Amino acid sequence: MCVDSENVLCTLDFGPILRSLFPNASPALAEALVDIISIITVSTFCLLIVIFLIWLERKVIARMQDRIGPNRVGGRFGLGQTVADVAKLLTKEFVTPYGADKAAYNIAPFLIVMTALLMWAVMPFTANMVGVDLNIGLFYILSISSVSVVCLLLAGWGSNNKYALLGAFRSVAQLVSYEVPMVISLLVPIILARTMSLNGIAEAQVIPYLFVVPVSALIFYISALAETGRTPFDLLEAESEIVAGFHVEYGGMKFGMFFLAEFVSTLFMSALFATIYLGGYRFMIWEALIGPTPAILELVMFFVKMFAVYFVFIWVRATFPRVRIDQMLNFNWKFLVPLVLVLILSTALVDGLFVGQDETSAWHFWRIVAHLGFNLLIGSGALIWARRNAAARGVAKPEESMRVQAGALVEGADPHGHDDHGHHDDHHGQTAAVPAHD
Amino acid sequence: MLSDLQYIGLFLALSPIFPAAPIIIQWILSPKKPNAIKNSTYECGIEAVGDSWVQFKVQYYIYALIFVVFDVEAVFLFPIAAAYGQLSLFAIGATALFIILLADGLAYAWAKGALEWI
Repeated sequence: MCVDSENVLCTLDFGPILRSLFPNASPALAEALVDIISIITVSTFCLLIVIFLIWLERKVIARMQDRIGPNRVGGRFGLGQTVADVAKLLTKEFVTPYGADKAAYNIAPFLIVMTALLMWAVMPFTANMVGVDLNIGLFYILSISSVSVVCLLLAGWGSNNKYALLGAFRSVAQLVSYEVPMVISLLVPIILARTMSLNGIAEAQVIPYLFVVPVSALIFYISALAETGRTPFDLLEAESEIVAGFHVEYGGMKFGMFFLAEFVSTLFMSALFATIYLGGYRFMIWEALIGPTPAILELVMFFVKMFAVYFVFIWVRATFPRVRIDQMLNFNWKFLVPLVLVLILSTALVDGLFVGQDETSAWHFWRIVAHLGFNLLIGSGALIWARRNAAARGVAKPEESMRVQAGALVEGADPHGHDDHGHHDDHHGQTAAVPAHD
Repeated sequence: MLSDLQYIGLFLALSPIFPAAPIIIQWILSPKKPNAIKNSTYECGIEAVGDSWVQFKVQYYIYALIFVVFDVEAVFLFPIAAAYGQLSLFAIGATALFIILLADGLAYAWAKGALEWI
């Protein structure tokens, strides 16, 4: 399909073209100038796409909640809404609260955007369109993303505000806790691919790792939700409890920077999920049918996968209510962390059986089957265990508590009715659903 | 490898420009009329009472301690995972023992009630 390997659409390797722009510069200088151009391109792309992402999020959530969403500014679809919001933010006065720690207060918005942007340095858009293919790519991403905790703590501490400080404590507890399952679940694709480079992991996939190690993918996805502070885990900026958390004292573009960093890092998590678990820019099985694909199609494929994952992020936000802080921490430390430790041990065990053999197609097939089987076994075992645990603690099953509520509505005429049914007796099954009258 | 790090270094040096640009534009465009009420700390519309740097729960320290243990563990596990195909049986056994010991630490913290949010 792409026989002309000189065609730039086939490779998307802009290095030689960019280097030819500086014929008089020394090789080192030309290299640095090419690097600077690519850095500015990637960063500008990330910052500008946020304008679109905010519009997309508002529009999709509105549709899911049976509303229309922005539809006035900028034509029929409200495309200009975010641009208008940015223009408003740009004309706001700087308000620095009394007693704020000036250094911490002002550094935090800079640092959080820098961390969100720096992670894109290793993201492969196509095989050649990658800032730098570090051989420790995943490790680099994890180390950079940990810095965002420091930014949130700086912002909360520097604001001289009780709500901000409470939000900062919550965010540190949450981000720090969910980093453990995230880091360990990422070890699974590294064991499978035998490399930490993102290009290497994308190239090593025979079928997407989502269908080889689904439990690892699910744990990574949940942790990514918590790490970016998205809805089921948005305790760090819970509007109804601590108004806006760590950024309550920020206004104008300094607030805008926190908002922007959240969207950039959410998009990055989608891109990372797409690369590690969905094969990134690759066409997977279709490569066998149509041969090597032109890089421009690979770029399209990457964007399709990235936005598919991003759509699920929005979907989750429109669907789930916020969890309590003790539920959030218990779910992490008493469910995800033990599960991910079992998962990493079993993955190492299963993969150990396949070490040192010829990598034939039968080898690949049995490896995938073994990993998938073990993952499904562990995942269903964990779910059964969690359900038993919930029953032992007296948490009603969802369908039963719904029936109880429906029953309470029907029997609601009784003023002395049991107001606590549904919280116990659920192992008696049917009896809980029919409240006894006194 | 050096040119890889050069790219990261350049990125680090250039990245402050991107948050700085909108903040500087706002600084140019925005009005500058501070007053005492405007600059006071927000607290439900009433005057703030007491110090803002309040005491906080000891629970946060415990979670932080457990986190440090697990994150340091992960740093050691990454190179082992990347070189998994070339490891001896002894190395794999040692790593498995390492993970089991850490899981034991988590179980100990759990049994002691350190994971309860009070």
